[in-house]
Amino acid sequence: MIQYNKFILDNGLRVLIHKDDSTPMAVVNVLYDVGAKDELPNKTGFAHLFEHLMFGGSINIEDYDEPLQRAGGENNAYTTNDLTNYYCQLPAENLETAMWLESDRMLSLAFNKKSLETQRKVVCEEFKEHYINKPYGDVWAKMRALTYTVHPYGWMTIGKELSHVEDATLEDVKAFFKKHYCPANAVLVIAGKVETTTALELANKWFGSIPSGEKYNRNLPLEPVQTAPKFLEVKADVPLDALVKAWHIDSRLEKGYYVADLITEVLGGGGSSRLFQKLVKEKQLFSNLDCYHFGSVEKGLIAIEGKLVKGKSMQDAEDAIEEELQKIMTELVSENELQKVKNKTESVIAFEDMALMSRANSLAFYELLGDATMMDTELSKYQAITTQDILEYSKIIFNKNNSNTLRYYSKN
Amino acid sequence: MYNQNKMLNRTIQPHITQPTEFNLHLKPYQHFTLDNGTNVYAVEAGEQDVLMLELVFNAGNWYEDKNIIAGSANFLLKNGTSSKTAYEINEHFDFYGAYLNRSCYNETATITLHCLNKNLHQLTPVITELLSDAIFPENELAIYKQNQKQRLEVNLKKCDFVANRLIDEYLFGFHHPYGRYTSTLDYDAVDRESIVEFYKQYYQKGNCKIFIGGKLPVNYQAVLNEAFGKLPFNNTDLFQKEIHSAPAITKKYNLINDANGVQAAVRIARNFPNKHHPDFQKTLVLNNVFGGFFGSRLMSNIREDKGYTYGIHSYLQNHIHESAWMISTECGRDVAAATIDEVYKEMKILQDTLIDAEELDLVRNYMIGTLLGDLDGPFQILSRWKSYILNDLSIDYFNNAIKTIKTVSAEELQSLAKKYLNPDEFYELVVV
Repeated sequence: MIQYNKFILDNGLRVLIHKDDSTPMAVVNVLYDVGAKDELPNKTGFAHLFEHLMFGGSINIEDYDEPLQRAGGENNAYTTNDLTNYYCQLPAENLETAMWLESDRMLSLAFNKKSLETQRKVVCEEFKEHYINKPYGDVWAKMRALTYTVHPYGWMTIGKELSHVEDATLEDVKAFFKKHYCPANAVLVIAGKVETTTALELANKWFGSIPSGEKYNRNLPLEPVQTAPKFLEVKADVPLDALVKAWHIDSRLEKGYYVADLITEVLGGGGSSRLFQKLVKEKQLFSNLDCYHFGSVEKGLIAIEGKLVKGKSMQDAEDAIEEELQKIMTELVSENELQKVKNKTESVIAFEDMALMSRANSLAFYELLGDATMMDTELSKYQAITTQDILEYSKIIFNKNNSNTLRYYSKN
Repeated sequence: MYNQNKMLNRTIQPHITQPTEFNLHLKPYQHFTLDNGTNVYAVEAGEQDVLMLELVFNAGNWYEDKNIIAGSANFLLKNGTSSKTAYEINEHFDFYGAYLNRSCYNETATITLHCLNKNLHQLTPVITELLSDAIFPENELAIYKQNQKQRLEVNLKKCDFVANRLIDEYLFGFHHPYGRYTSTLDYDAVDRESIVEFYKQYYQKGNCKIFIGGKLPVNYQAVLNEAFGKLPFNNTDLFQKEIHSAPAITKKYNLINDANGVQAAVRIARNFPNKHHPDFQKTLVLNNVFGGFFGSRLMSNIREDKGYTYGIHSYLQNHIHESAWMISTECGRDVAAATIDEVYKEMKILQDTLIDAEELDLVRNYMIGTLLGDLDGPFQILSRWKSYILNDLSIDYFNNAIKTIKTVSAEELQSLAKKYLNPDEFYELVVV
C-alpha cells in the first residue's frame, strides 16, 4: 500500500503528499490535465511546445532552472496525448525552492517573445531528430492518421507538421495558458523526506493564493466504431520492409484495457512470447517484432510492429500474424501462460515503485484518472483476469473490421 | 487561517541549505567470497521486495581476437544448453517475472538478473547452467547473424549512429576495442567454434565478480554459493592484455550519409586520461560548466539562446583504460558550421575568463544535489561501487570527488581549460 494524504486547497488544487523517510530527497510533481488531444487540428503540437515555454521564465522569476540547480535540484517534463507533467527532485531540505518555482509558473508565465522564438526552433529540431531524420520515423504519424478519423489521437504529441509549431504566436500561448494552466486543472504531488503538515503549509503558502481558474471540461469527438479494415501502403528510403498493425481497444479505466495489457504480454512480452517464438525464431519472417499498447486515457490502440527478414513477402508476414491472432481468438491461453504474464505484471509494478519520482508520478496520474487510491488496486485488476477474458476480448479487438495495417516498403 | 499572501514575495528564492554543506555518504558494501574464491559485493537496501544480481566477466571485446566474437558469445549465452532450448530458458525467467539481460562492453561482459527477491533461488540454477553448459546452437547463431545484420543496416541510416562509430575510430584506432565497430561482413564471418572457444576461456573458466543489491533474502549468500561457488572460474586475474590506442592523424571529417538528411550529427572529441589521472575529477567539474547538464554553457548558448538543436552535451567517456572528452549534438543541417563555431567559442571563453563565483557555486550545488539523488536506492549504490571496483578505485575516490566538487577553484578550472580545451587537439566530425 502506498501511503499518502490528499488535500484540496480552497482554489481547487488537489495536493497529494507521500512521505518516505528512506530517501534524503524530495520530489515535486505538477501534472496538468492537458495534452495533445486538447489541441485544434490546425494547431497541433501546441501542448508540447507549451511545455518548453514553461521553462522560459515566469511572472516573478526570470529563470526557472538556475535557482533549482542552485538548490541542488534537477527537473524535467513530458507531454503526451493526454497530459503534461512537470517534475523536479532536490534535496529535501530545499523543498521550498521547488514549491516557489512551480507555483510561480502556475500563477503566470512571463510570455517572453524571445523564448517563444527559440523554443519553436528547438522543438522543430526535436521533431526532425525523432520523426523526420530517422528511418521509419513517420510510422506513427501515418498510423494515427489512419486509425483515427475524428478523435484527436489522430496526431502525434509533437504535432502533425513542422509548420504548426513554426506558426505558433504569443497570443496562442497566452490563451492556452489561461485555459489549461490553473489550480482547477492541476494535481500537485509532494513526495519524499517531508513532513505532511509542513508540506501542506508550503502548498498553501505558495499555491493557495493562485486564482482557481476555470475547470476545463473537454468535449472530444467520439471515434466511431470502425466497420471495415483499413490499409495504407508506403514506399520509403529504408533498408527493410516493415509491417505495422493496430486495433482499437478500451479506455484506461475499462476492463478491456487490463485484458489488452496482458494480451500484449502473451503475444509480445519477452523471449518466450508467442509472436517472437513463432515469427522471429521458428518461421524467421521478422527480424524483430513487438506487441504493445499506448496506455492511453481514452480509447487507445494495441499494435504489432516488426521488420521483415529480407526476401520474405508481406503477404506471408501478414498471414503468419493472422494465424497467431486466430489462435488467441479461438483457443484459451493455458493457466500457466496466464500466470506467467500476471507474474510479469506484478514484477513490473514492484520495480516501477522503487523510484520516488516514479511513485510521485503514478500518484498524480491516478489522481488525474479520478482517484490516486487506484494505484493500490491495479494489481488486483490484473489478478482477476481469466483465460476466458483473454479469449473473449481477443475476439473483439482482433476482429478484421477493427484492424489497421500499414505496409511500409523499402524502395531499394 | 493563512494570511501570508500580502507578505509573500515571489521574487526572492526561499532560503536554501547549500548542498555543498551536506555530508555525503556512500553506504558500504558487504564483501564475501564463494567456495571457489569468487568475490561477491552486496548492498542491502531498499523498501521493495526486488533485487538485482550482476555477474561481471572479463569477457569484453578487449579479449576477442576476431571482431564481434565477444558480443556474440555474450548475446547467445542464453540461447540453449544441453537440456534446455532458448525458448525454455526464456520461458523460465519470464514465468517468474524476471529479466535476464546480458551486455558486452569493452573490458567486461555481464549477465544481469532483475527479479522479485522471493524468486532468486528459482532463477540462479538456470544461470549456473548457462555458465557451465551453453551450447550455442548453429540455428540460433544463424538467426542472430541475420537479425543483427538487419538491425545494423537500419542503424547505418542514422547519422548519430554513424558518427558515434567514426569518432571513436579516430580517437583510438580501428584495431583498438574502443575504436572498433562491426560490418555485416564481420557478422558473416562469425563462426560457432570461435564463440565456443571464447565462452570456455572467458566465461566457463573466466574471471567473475558478483554484485548483488536490493532487499536481499536472508539466505542469499547460501543461494549464491550453491549456484556459483563450485564453478571453475579463474579468479586470479593473471591475464592482462595490453592494447594501445593509435589516434588518427587527420582531425577534421565530413561525411554525407544521407543526401536528404535534415540534421547533422556533430562530434567534437579529444583523447583524455582515465579516472586515475589527477586531472580527472577536476575536469568533471569543468565539463559540467561547459556542457555537462541542462544549465551548462553549451546548452544555454546553442539550444536555449540560438535554438540550433534539441540538445548538446559534453562528457568524459566511461572507459577503464583511457577516456575521451566528447561534445555531441544533432543539430539543423544548415547550422552545423555555426554550432561548431559556438563550441570553440565556449572553449575559448573558458580559457580566457575565470568562471565567476556565482556560476561555479551553482555547478557545485547542482553536482552535489544530483549525486545525493544518485545515491538513493540499492541499485544506484551498487552500480557506483561496481564502477569503482572495476576501475580499481576505492572509497577515497568517492570522498575525493566530493572534496573536489566543493573546493576546486576557478583558477584551477581555467588552467585545465588551457591544458585540455585547445581546438587543435580535437577531432571534428560532421555526418549528415
